[in-house]
Amino acid sequence: MSNPIDMLTPIEDVGGAAQPLLQVKGLTKHFPVRGELFSARKTVRAVDNVSFAIAKGETVGIVGESGCGKSTTARLLMHLMKRDSGEIIYDGMQVGRALSLRELRRGMQMVFQDSYASLNPRLTIEESIAFGPKVHGMADSAARALARELLGKVGLRPENFANRYPHEISGGQRQRVNIARALALSPRLVILDEAVSALDKSVEAQVLNLLADLKREFGLTYLFISHDLNVVRYISDRVLVMYLGEVVELGPVDKVWDQPAHPYTRALLAAMPSSDPDKRTEVPPISGDPPNPIDPPPGCRFHTRCPFAEPLCAKATPQLTTLDSTGHQAACYMAIPGSGHSRAPAREEEAA
Amino acid sequence: MSTITDLALQAAPVTKARGYWATVGRRIMRDKISIACALILILIFASALFAPWLGLADPYQGSMIRRLRHIGTPGYLLGTDELGRDMLSRLVYGGRLSLIIGILPVILAFVIGTGLGLVAGYVGGKLNTAIMRTIDVFYAFPSVLLAIAISGALGAGIVNSIVSLTVVFVPQITRVAESVTTGVRNMDFVEAARASGAGPLTIMRVHMLGNVLGPIFVYATGLISVSMILAAGLSFLGLGTKPPEPEWGLMLNTLRTAIYVNPWVAALPGVMIFAVSICFNLLSDGMRSAMDIRN
Amino acid sequence: MFTYIARRIVYVIPIVISVALVCFLLVHITPGDPLVAVLPADASQELAQQLRTAYGFDRPLPVQFGLWLWRAVHGDLGSSIATGRPVLSEVMRAVGNTVTLAIFAAMIGFTLGLLFGLIAGYFRDSWIDKLATSFAIAGVSVPHYWLGMVLVIIFSVQLNWLPAVGAGPGGSGAWAWDWDHLRYLILPAVTSSVIPMGIVTRTVRALTGDILSQDFVEALRAKGLRETNVFRHVIKNAAPTALAVMGLQLGYMLGGSILIETVFSWPGSGLLLNSAIFQRDLPLLQGTILVLALFFVLLNLLVDIAQAAIDPRIKRG
Repeated sequence: MSNPIDMLTPIEDVGGAAQPLLQVKGLTKHFPVRGELFSARKTVRAVDNVSFAIAKGETVGIVGESGCGKSTTARLLMHLMKRDSGEIIYDGMQVGRALSLRELRRGMQMVFQDSYASLNPRLTIEESIAFGPKVHGMADSAARALARELLGKVGLRPENFANRYPHEISGGQRQRVNIARALALSPRLVILDEAVSALDKSVEAQVLNLLADLKREFGLTYLFISHDLNVVRYISDRVLVMYLGEVVELGPVDKVWDQPAHPYTRALLAAMPSSDPDKRTEVPPISGDPPNPIDPPPGCRFHTRCPFAEPLCAKATPQLTTLDSTGHQAACYMAIPGSGHSRAPAREEEAA
Repeated sequence: MSTITDLALQAAPVTKARGYWATVGRRIMRDKISIACALILILIFASALFAPWLGLADPYQGSMIRRLRHIGTPGYLLGTDELGRDMLSRLVYGGRLSLIIGILPVILAFVIGTGLGLVAGYVGGKLNTAIMRTIDVFYAFPSVLLAIAISGALGAGIVNSIVSLTVVFVPQITRVAESVTTGVRNMDFVEAARASGAGPLTIMRVHMLGNVLGPIFVYATGLISVSMILAAGLSFLGLGTKPPEPEWGLMLNTLRTAIYVNPWVAALPGVMIFAVSICFNLLSDGMRSAMDIRN
Repeated sequence: MFTYIARRIVYVIPIVISVALVCFLLVHITPGDPLVAVLPADASQELAQQLRTAYGFDRPLPVQFGLWLWRAVHGDLGSSIATGRPVLSEVMRAVGNTVTLAIFAAMIGFTLGLLFGLIAGYFRDSWIDKLATSFAIAGVSVPHYWLGMVLVIIFSVQLNWLPAVGAGPGGSGAWAWDWDHLRYLILPAVTSSVIPMGIVTRTVRALTGDILSQDFVEALRAKGLRETNVFRHVIKNAAPTALAVMGLQLGYMLGGSILIETVFSWPGSGLLLNSAIFQRDLPLLQGTILVLALFFVLLNLLVDIAQAAIDPRIKRG
């Protein structure tokens, strides 16, 4: 295998295997938008009361239409944007209290969608990768050696690539550089925000394989954000479905794919192109545009597009409810026993 | 090693790795117009700088008996002015003051405006609003009017002329600097640098300056063209240099009365202003297109 | 649309007040006592004190500003020291001549600029593009006061076709739209038109080139649209930006006319400004600058609104 690299020491695993690597509780971000003259300010509810946890070593996917708050969530987790409220707990440590922001940034890194925009055009690839470790106190020569080592790890021969500039290499190569840059701080959690979405299909597959390899080699945990359901299914252990800033369904990827509990998830899956006629579902395809996030509908935000909406759905927001022992959760009255929706299952004690 | 076996990935790119500025430099060197402009400017600058050693006539020494000689008169290659002073000498010496009052305001405005724009663009928020709204006030004046207003209020003089032009250009450079900075600040690589834990000063130094200074510099180079015209214009109005100093704008003014006697000698100082102005403009255009590298 | 206009107008109010403040402060950055300009050279201490009180120079600066602004809002900009006449009427009379000159120059500059720009953008990199681009760069780089001199040398001194200075037989007071007066307008108007010509050419050329290289034009051509119609699309898309640039240029011509008016002794606001500066006529200087700046702000406002009206992309600020 490879030589041991002189890397930054990762943030120590304090919580043990049972402690989730990341816990998010009630994460909320509203953006004020300028209203009409003399009228009240409005807000875009980009991320609204989002809660989830990521266990050590797993890959969690986030899916949803564009504008549903996936990328805002990523930026909030990275603390690139101030949240309005909510808690972010890394390995049992409150960020800002037990864990400083600076330490968190070593423990959690991010790969952006636009491979070109996320590399400084004036720096060589080696300089870009070495920047982070230098910020955290590594000597220049050591950081450069690490950068070269990591280039090898992401499949780019350092002697060919270290001194190149971003505009001189291809999109797939640049995204490998971005991955190496993220890894340079020895993070335990890597957020991949549409990291393969802009790549050609063949290149995308290579990068996905690379990610799987790196995960094994470095013991990483991934938060994988994408609008591409196929890719999410391929890479994720669990998946989280977002709609207009809220989590509507959450569970093991196979469970969600086979038994989607939320009509939005069903519609998303139905809209997925499938070459197998047997797999075509009977669920009516999603209709209408997503409602304006500036003015989300009251109650369940999906009720304006939902074929099964009932008066109940417009009144109060359904809570994310655990459906079974696999941790499958959904925020839909049809899935919540005894909710009052005509399609809801009966309460268990009543059914028994 | 690892599982990556894709040979295409390992193929060495054909071109040699080259830094951004090296590439820009090479592109400029291939641009004939830019090179020609640079050479003309170097010639004008050098002759102004080394004027005392060029063996020219005394630019202040006039003579009533040889006033307004024509261009090509033996001994007076470019004729003489209304006081009989050698035009060639005055044009060469005139470059000293003309270039200083034309270029210094832009340099000062570059320093101040870039500072303000960087801060406004990088810090954002209320500070940005405060700086940019103040700048807006200056945009409510046409630049010539603003220069005249300040110069007129302060009174004639070289320093006042430089101050008034600096005040005119600071808002313009600040606006460009702010918009470039805001643009770069929102780039993912700056986010990535923040995500790696770097502080604002480090990000500014490593990631912002190199990307921001180029466009501002190009803009400022173009502004020199405007500044040369305005500075000479202030002197032309009598608000800048005072006689008998040789300065192109002032020379145009004092020679105005001579257009019925020897028109082409009277027009000469304008040729110098025009030449410097157009060369800076073309150079700015050349740099802009040389810096526009996208793959 | 209405909201946009309303917001734009509300936004102009602080600008107008700040502009007034700058004009007010101009007098206070003048070296020495502002009173010196008003005072006869042999005035007694007593008279000085009297005038100081009369002009309000003994009050604190903010109060002075408030009083000055209050009078200015009511059309009272004080009286010219040189002529004793009210500043406002002096300025408005001169502004009329400047507007005449600016509109004439704009017609020449904008027509040529649009024409050159469209042709150059359409036939990119052809010899005609290079020619138009050279014209444009010369137009923006030329010291226009010098160009004015050169034109006078050629057309007045050498050819004796057109008058060199002035505004016609009636002097500054009586302008008329006949040849006897128009021939005085030609040289200054042509001279003022070169900068707008250059800038409009460069803007329109860039816009045309950008629009023609966009995908939707390819699509239109692929659909078999005739070139004249493609051209119409180009004009429709370039219009908002071109309009904004032209509006700004018109404003510069109105406000920055001092050099040209000095060269041609054209009796407009620029010449007035010139005499105000050299006679140290501070009320006149202050008033002229205020009026010109307000014109400029108003023009910018109108351009913004017009741009919003024809540009479907701007819905609200």
